[in-house]
Order: sequence, then structure tokens, then C-alpha cells
Amino acid sequence: MSIKAIQISKTFGTFKALENVSLEVPDGKLVSLLGPSGSGKTTLLRILAGLEFPDSLETSRVLFHGKDVTAAPAGRRGVGFVFQHYALFKHMTVESNVAFGLNSLPRKERPAKDVILTRVCELLQLVHLDGLGGRYPSELSGGQRQRVALARALAMNPKVLLLDEPFGALDAKVRKDLRRWLRTFQEEIKVTTIFVTHDQDEALELADEVVVMNNARIEQVGDPQTVYDRPVSPFVIEFLGNVNRFVAGVGSETKDREKDVLYVRPHDVELEPEDHETHAYALKAKVQHVFSAGNYGRVALERVGTREPFEAEVSRERLRELDLVPGRVVSVIFRHVRLFPKGEFLEADIRDGSLVASTSSFSAKTMYS
Amino acid sequence: MNSHRHSKQHRVRSSALPQTRSATTEAPWVRTVLISLATGFLALFLLMPLFTVFIEAFRSGISAYFSTFEDRFIRHSIRLTLLTAAVAVPLNLVFGVAAAWAVTKFDFRGKSLLVTIIDLPFAVTPVIGGMIFILIFGAHGYLGPWLEGVNFQVVFAFPGIVLATTFGTVPFIARELIPVMQAQGRDEEYAAMTMGASGWRTFFKVTLPNVKWGLFYGVILCNARAMGEFGGVEVVSGKISGKTNTMTLQIQQLYFDYATVPAFATASLLAILALLTLLLKNIVERLSGRES
Amino acid sequence: MNDTSDSNDISSAFGRGGKAPRANRRVLPGFGLSLGFAVSYLSLIVLIPLAGVFLRASEISWEEFWSIVTSRRVVASYKITFGISLAAAATNAVFGLIAAWVLVRYSFPGRRIFDAIVDLPFALPTAVAGIALTTIYAENGFLGQYLYPLGLETAYSRIGIYIALTFIGLPFVIRSLQPVLESLDKEVEEASATLGAGRWRTFFRVIFPAILPAWLTGFSLAYARAIGEYGSIIFISGNMPLRTEITPLIIVQRLENFQVAQAAAVAAVMLVASFAILLVINVLQRWSESLGQARG
Repeated sequence: MSIKAIQISKTFGTFKALENVSLEVPDGKLVSLLGPSGSGKTTLLRILAGLEFPDSLETSRVLFHGKDVTAAPAGRRGVGFVFQHYALFKHMTVESNVAFGLNSLPRKERPAKDVILTRVCELLQLVHLDGLGGRYPSELSGGQRQRVALARALAMNPKVLLLDEPFGALDAKVRKDLRRWLRTFQEEIKVTTIFVTHDQDEALELADEVVVMNNARIEQVGDPQTVYDRPVSPFVIEFLGNVNRFVAGVGSETKDREKDVLYVRPHDVELEPEDHETHAYALKAKVQHVFSAGNYGRVALERVGTREPFEAEVSRERLRELDLVPGRVVSVIFRHVRLFPKGEFLEADIRDGSLVASTSSFSAKTMYS
Repeated sequence: MNSHRHSKQHRVRSSALPQTRSATTEAPWVRTVLISLATGFLALFLLMPLFTVFIEAFRSGISAYFSTFEDRFIRHSIRLTLLTAAVAVPLNLVFGVAAAWAVTKFDFRGKSLLVTIIDLPFAVTPVIGGMIFILIFGAHGYLGPWLEGVNFQVVFAFPGIVLATTFGTVPFIARELIPVMQAQGRDEEYAAMTMGASGWRTFFKVTLPNVKWGLFYGVILCNARAMGEFGGVEVVSGKISGKTNTMTLQIQQLYFDYATVPAFATASLLAILALLTLLLKNIVERLSGRES
Repeated sequence: MNDTSDSNDISSAFGRGGKAPRANRRVLPGFGLSLGFAVSYLSLIVLIPLAGVFLRASEISWEEFWSIVTSRRVVASYKITFGISLAAAATNAVFGLIAAWVLVRYSFPGRRIFDAIVDLPFALPTAVAGIALTTIYAENGFLGQYLYPLGLETAYSRIGIYIALTFIGLPFVIRSLQPVLESLDKEVEEASATLGAGRWRTFFRVIFPAILPAWLTGFSLAYARAIGEYGSIIFISGNMPLRTEITPLIIVQRLENFQVAQAAAVAAVMLVASFAILLVINVLQRWSESLGQARG
């Protein structure tokens, strides 16, 4: 089922949680709402679920497959909701938890007891919890509880699955496994799924589409590749992955240089020996620390002159070749930079020693379609 | 315990449009019915008796009210009550602090039994709280003949009144302190010890400041209960007006003698004390809630 | 808190000081002093005197004891005390639940005042409550004047006892429920709503099981308190043998007649009942705490 949210605004007291937010999610997609806490992502999810309502029912609209559900209560929207802390019913067995929705149906619509039981067994199988139906939530691990919550949400055959920070309460290892499992699981059942997260890795790895939110607004919507490689705002580039930030550009043609901010991802920073034949855009930096663990080494540097700190990510081989030790001065070349002069942004690649730049302008509220 | 008394997340603020009410609240008519039932119940059982005390006390005017306290017997009963509380409350204060320290700062077998025994006087009828001291110190009691020998009177005298009152108010300070000290944990005391502080210094400089409001309320509540103690002292005091009548016993005597205004005037003092206790409880809760 | 993690026990608090090896595990000082004092104090003020009741009751023969505690007048008093206490505690269970719910969940004018006043029966001397309630419910009283014509003799009757016991037990259900209601996970109710359950179903299937132990604890506390109540009853009940005479009053009367052994026998029965209820309350409280921990 496709979802459309139009001009949603929500205030709590004086706090603006959402400001005129519009979003469209096509049928069957796995979409992530990504943003820092307080950005409005959970509020948006809860409005879609019917757990909160927009400030105005006149100007704001929530459409499920074209049908207006703006004022419909949570139980009548056909959404499955998985809560951050699972919200399992502690005094009920896993089985009763999963069957709760079906048992809540009016007597006329309620399936027979054995039908419900069969359905529950199917669902438990689906989430790999067969045989645990008789247990209580307190007897399960975090990951298992998470899957019970999912099975419970799926029991009513929801057209939309909404997950609030689904992996937030799990430890790193379980989180990774469950993330992958959810991806294949969603592909299998093909239900439109929206999940909220503040973890960029999670969003980028899992989602078909990432909706980056900040300050009660949507900053950017796009597939993971796009939002990572072509961020439309300083916020997006800073929120998605590590990035180095320089004030005042390197040879930008903008007049208003004071406000230029230049971003370089650490893996776009190339290091050369100090005496290396330099080209126009190289700068000098002093090595501060070298951290090497895993395939890549991270080098903390300080720009000579301005003393701006920044970071480079280089392969271990390169690390060895350069023989980097604290205090050594190196030549630095940025392979790919991004400049944000006032709402517009400039993307630049360095090819053959010269800056190749292209500008385009984006509205921060670009709607996904 | 105190901090979440102040959480308001569940509370319904204003009346939202009926079709969009939050998933965790009830329809407006249900809310109205429930609020009416609850406030009606509380008004009937709490406000009405409270107002009655003051209405009856001032029935014959303000001067009649104040002239009550010129009565020699009433004055004596007030003095006796204050004196009784002045002995019973400090005793239970020392006990409450010691019991709370033992229960919350150490693990030992029999702890839950100890806590249950602290509660015991609360569950036992106050009448028994007076009777037990008659069984021991009365004329036919186990120590009665010996006490007579040394010419020391416990029953039908001040010591008996103090004992019955102390028995009835044993739990109050300990019961206020234990949850507060439990919530406080032991880490701060451990930290103080590693810095070389003595046990007493740790208690006065670390533990006490953390639990001062809980302790304060415990003392106030214990005091109100001590001054209001009735069943136990009735049995043990002998009810001699001007000698062993505490305020509550004096109220009883006045009431049964149809001296309604003096009875309620004296009762109004205890009602004011109760109201002050409730007020302090609220202030203490707000203060301790703000601190944590 | 783990009771068995340490091998200390009450006996080790006495005498043996810091040289025993297990004492090293106690980081903080004052274990012996605080526990020793607390136990001695309780023994002197509570335990030994209470033991006196059983000792005195045991001085008479079993047959005599049995005939005292099962005599017609005493049995009638049990029925009144335990029966009306039950009715009062049940009333408080119902209205206390509603009041706790309303005080925690809704905001309305006067909410803070009502919340603050809930503890009044705890702080107001029972004798004061007794004369106030009697005045209200007497035949010419503020409410009695309307109730008597309806055939409700509210003062000097069992109804009067019921009213007083309801007053006495009022705070317990409310105060037991409030923290539990406040700490309930809102998400659980929302989960129930997203699964299509209405508010009634959510309340009975999701909320009620979570607050049940606290509710029963409050009920038991109100019941225990009502059974022992004396001060307010003697004013409002009229104290008529077989009709409105409560068990604590029987004890007082036997004492006044110097029938000490008889008083002790009846007191022993009441003590056993109090112990039993206290035990039940303890079990309920532990159940409630375990639910609370599972919740967090």
C-alpha cells in the first residue's frame, strides 16, 4: 500500500516536532526515517500509525493508498507497529501476545480458536520462533522479543509495517544479524515498511529509500547511494558518515567566501610525501596520530598554517609506504569535495590537478516521487 | 518513588477533537463519569469529615472556640500529648535510622522478616498495643508486683502512655526512610569510605543529606500519629481527666459528655496538625522530586 | 536486593566484631550497631510485649480458651469486624481504583488538592474522624437527616461501622496503585490500540493484569487496617453487643472488667489474623515488585 503524508505539522506545547512535512512512500518499499533525536522522525511515524494526530485535520492529510485516514484511530488503519522497547504484554505468553490482535476482533469477524492458533504458529515460524509460543516475554532474549513484537504486528496482515528504532535496544552483534534478517524478510513479505532510526549505517544498509530529517523538516529523500554521494545540505553530509569540515573554500569562485564551508570525506583525502610534486589544490598538513586497525588506517592531521584538524582514511599499504609518524608533514590532495555556499551547493572533483566544479540547486524539501 | 509522582506524560491536557483522541485515553464522557465518581467519593469521605470538624468547632462562635483552650483539663491534655510525642518520636527516630541503615546498606539473612516485624504494629489493633503493657506492667502483670515494690507506676501513668504510643508509631519513620535509602544505593557511601571518611562522618555528610526530606516527612508523620494515638492509650492510661487524658481521650470524654464544641475545638487542633502534615508531605515530595 | 548473597545473619550482628573473616565483606561500618539496636528495640517494644499476649492466653486451658474465643458474643464480633472490614475494603478497591486512575491520568480543576488530601485518614487521629463521621451521619446530622427517612440508619449501626472503615482504609488502594499506574509503559497501551483493541479491552486485558498485584496489596492493607480499627468505630457504632460490637472493643471491655486472660485469648486470635494478613501482603508486594522489575 502506498503512503502519502501531506503538509503535516505537529507541535507539542511550544516545541515544533514537524513543520509542514510531506512524504510519499510507494508500495512495497522499505523506507527509513533517519535523523538525530528531536528531528521529528518518530512523531511522523506515530502520525502515520494514528498514535498522534497532526495539529490541523484540515490542512494536513494522511493517505493510505489514496484513502484519507488522517483522523482514523490507530486500530482502524491496518498498520502493524513495532515499538522501540517492543511493548510486549508481559503477563501473556508469546502465543497470546501474537494472537492478541485477532482476539480483539469483533465476535463476528474473529476467526475460530484453532484458526487463530494455526495463524500464530505460522507467524512464529516466519520469525524463527517456533516452539517458543508458551514462553513469557521475560524468558526471551532481546532479539527474540523483537521478533515476537514483529510477529504480533504482522498477525493482522497489515498493509503497512511501521517500526520505531527497531534495533535501538539490542547489542551490536544481534543488531547486525537482525538487520540483515529484516531485509530479506521484508523482501519476502513485500509489505510497505517504514522504520525510524538515528543510525546512518542502519539506514544506508537496510533501506530502499532514506528520508533524512532534521529540525522538524525533511532534508533529503533518496536511495542510500544518492543521499551519501550527493547530499543536498551540510546537515546531510555531516549526519551521514564522517566528514572533514573547512571554513573558507579552496579556490571557489563564490564571492561570499566567508560563509563557504567545504566538506571532504576522509576517504577522499589523499596523502603524498611532502616533497611530492604538488598541484594547484594541494595543501600541507602535519600528522598528529595514526590509528590503524582493520583494513584502513585513520590519520589525524593538522593543516599547516590554519591548524585546522582533519582526518584521512588510507589503506594499510599506503600507510606503510608513507611511513607516517606523528610530526611528519605531508602533502594533501582532496579527490572529491563539496561546497555549500548559502543553500546552493557545489560539487567538485579534482582531475589532473584542476578543479572541475558543477553547481546545482536543491530545495531542502524536495519531495520524493 | 517520588520522582515519577510528577510525570505527566499520561495526562490528558486539553480536550482534543473526539475523533482524534489519543490511543491511550478514554472518551470524554467516560472521563467525565470517572472524574465525577472519584471526586465525589473523595469529597464525601475526606472533605466532608474535615469540614465538619471546623464547622462544629466554630458552631458557637469564635470566642467559644478559643475559650475552650482556657479549660484546665484540655490544657493539661494538650501538654500531655506534646510531652508524649516528645519522647516517642525521638525514640522511633533513632530506631528508624538504625533499622533503615541496617536494612539498606547490608545484606543479611532474615532481612525481610525484620521488615515485616517493623510493619507489625501497623497491622495490629492499637488496643493490643495498650493491652500488652498492662499484661507486663499492670498490677497483675509480670513485672507489676516488682514495680509496686520500687513504687514506679507504668500503667495508668505517663510511662504507659509513652510505651503504647511508641508501639503504635514504630513503623512510620523506618517505612519512610527504607525506600528512600534503598533508591539511593550504596555507591556514595562506598566512595566516602574509600576516601577515608569514618562511618559517622559518612552517615552525616553523605547519607543524611540524601535522605533528609524522606526523614523529615517520616518524623512529621510519626509525630501526627503519636499525637493522634487513641486505642492503645485508652487502654493503658486509665483516662483520668487532668492526669492521664491525652488530647484524643479528652475529646472522647467531652464528646460523650455532650460538650460538642469543646470536643471539636480540641479535635480541630489535631485536624490542623493533620493538614500541616499533608502539606509538608506535598512540599517534601516536590522538593525531593526536583532534586533527583 | 539479594538477601542471600551474603552469609551475614541477624545473629552475627551481635557480639563478634570486625575480626571474623566474613566481616571484611561488609564495606560500610555500623552493621552490628544498627542491626543490634534495631533488633533490640523491636524486641523490647514490639516482640516481647506481643509474646506476653500468647503467654497470658496460654495460662488458661485449651477448653477454656476455645470457649472464650467461640462464645456467641465474640463470634458475633468477628463477623462484624471481619465482614464489614471486607465490605469497606472492597468499596475502597473499586473507588480507589477509579480515584487512582483519575488522579494519575486526567487533569481537572482541584486535582492537586484531591491528590494531597488522600492521605488524610492516615494523618487524622481516628478519634477525630470518629466524632466527625458520627456528627455527619447521626439522625439530625448533615447527611443523616436525609438518609434516615430513607430507612438508612447510618449512625449507631453496621452502616456506620462500614462508613468509618471505608474512611480509614481509603488511602491504601489509591497510594498502592498510583506509582504503578504512573510507571506503566504507555507503549504497551499503544501496542494494544494498534492491534485493534478498544479502551475497555486494553484496560481489562493489558492494564489490569499489570496493576493487579498492587491493587490486591492496597486492598489487603485497607483490610488489615480496618480489622484493627478501634478509635473511630466506638463513636459511630453504638457498641451494641451482638449487633455493632467489634472485636477490639471486646478486648477493651474484658480488660476493664479485669478479665485479663479472656482479653488475652481474644487478642491472640486477632494477632494471628493480623499476622496472616501481613504475610499475604508481603507475598503480594513481592509479586508486585517482580512485575515492576520485569517491566523495567
